[in-house]
Amino acid sequence: MNLLLDLALVAWLIVLAIHVARTGDDRNAIIAFIAFGLLLGLAWTRLGAIDVALTEAAIGGGITGLLLLRAEAHLRRGRQAGSAPRKASGATSIVAALASAAIALGLGLAVLAFPSPAPTLAPPALAAIDATGLGNPVTAVLLAYRALDTLLEKVVVLLALLGVWALTPDHLWGGAPALKEANPPQPLLYLARTLPPFGVLIAVYMVWVGADAPGGTFQAGSILAAMWLLVMLAGLRPAPETRSRLLRLLLVGGPALFFAIGFLGFAVAGGFLAYPEPLAKALIVGIEAALTVAIALALGLLVAGPSSKAPAP
Amino acid sequence: MSTLADLFTLAMVAGGALLFLAGTLGLLRFPDTLSRLHALSKADNLGLGLIVLGLLPQVDSIAGGLKLVCVWLLAQLSAATASQLIAGALHRRKSGR
Amino acid sequence: MAEFLTGAALFILAVTALGLFRVLRSELAVERMMAVQLLGTGAAAALLLLGAASNTPAMTDVALLLMLLAAFSCAAFTLGQSDEAADAAAPKGDEP
Repeated sequence: MNLLLDLALVAWLIVLAIHVARTGDDRNAIIAFIAFGLLLGLAWTRLGAIDVALTEAAIGGGITGLLLLRAEAHLRRGRQAGSAPRKASGATSIVAALASAAIALGLGLAVLAFPSPAPTLAPPALAAIDATGLGNPVTAVLLAYRALDTLLEKVVVLLALLGVWALTPDHLWGGAPALKEANPPQPLLYLARTLPPFGVLIAVYMVWVGADAPGGTFQAGSILAAMWLLVMLAGLRPAPETRSRLLRLLLVGGPALFFAIGFLGFAVAGGFLAYPEPLAKALIVGIEAALTVAIALALGLLVAGPSSKAPAP
Repeated sequence: MSTLADLFTLAMVAGGALLFLAGTLGLLRFPDTLSRLHALSKADNLGLGLIVLGLLPQVDSIAGGLKLVCVWLLAQLSAATASQLIAGALHRRKSGR
Repeated sequence: MAEFLTGAALFILAVTALGLFRVLRSELAVERMMAVQLLGTGAAAALLLLGAASNTPAMTDVALLLMLLAAFSCAAFTLGQSDEAADAAAPKGDEP
């Protein structure tokens, strides 16, 4: 029965992926892609990667759908005003198909070329986990063994946000992004009032449980971002001005704290990002909390886009 | 006692699964969009509800059971709002033309 | 018991996914969204069943997230829809 379930999941994922790639209409492709995300989350749980499944559920369900649908609506408005949609020519399609086939073949070969028991660092990772005070090996990898990677990832998210902000025209710089719907429907207002308390509770739970069980900062950050976006979409709270000092401080705060604790490691534990052993868990949970806020703000602002209102004088 | 609990689980989960089948059939077969929406909410409310109910005897901690109930309660909130949103979008499209 | 729960999860997923595939090919965008909604609930139910079958309580958390955000993509979808009322869209299929 388990094998049947796995085979069925793989088959549906492939069919949906082909459907997404082949659908001409952007909106329909996005809807199918949301469904693809749902099934992909399930597939991750089948692989025993519940942390990844949680991320997929949070990002796929909360952020990407909104981001893509907004982008599509924007493009559609531009298209109505300007030229007709661009059609891919036959030659382009053939080149794209060949390139995709080559990548698929290469990936297939790479996977098949693995030695039969794949090389793994899982046993040493589990053996050293007591020193971190954590119970979830994924969190241990992310925030202790390979903390440098995680740190740089957070910086990349900030850089991405800078890239989006850089698209702001000069006279709008520092203003607020326009996210509120002109006429938010009543159910949306209701949702924006009732859902965020649950979302915040679940996000806090995710950070806390992430130390010992699947969960963690990125999942919690994406949930918070989704809740924040919901409130802004319904117009219950305005989107913040991007020049706001508090906003920028909070955005930088998470990675800055991470850096500070990293450098502190030189003084007290003998290396960059080394934690003193008795404090390891407290430090890790502290970093996670600060990072969650920074990720939530960064993701929310990434979806909100560049500012489109001039800053208030 | 445990066989009784297992029987309860079997019955409830089977009922829930059947309701998902009914919801899908309704989605495919009902004549107009609003009736299809109606079919959908049966799977959301009752299907998931029966499955949660059926799984309750199988959880070993109170917290786990509470979490199951929370999943269902959140589903209630989400499904009700989503139906309203979809119906509203349909209505706007109709009257907008 | 585990076998039965896995089977039930497979059944629910199969039913909802096949429903989605049917709807994806032909109908209105709104109905596609409804089918995705159904698949979301089905996926949550399957996660709960599989979590009970394999005794991994963390899978309940995934279902919790799915249900928390279930209405979110729906909301995003209807927002994109609202400015479409003006343009002459494709004929609606909701007449009998």
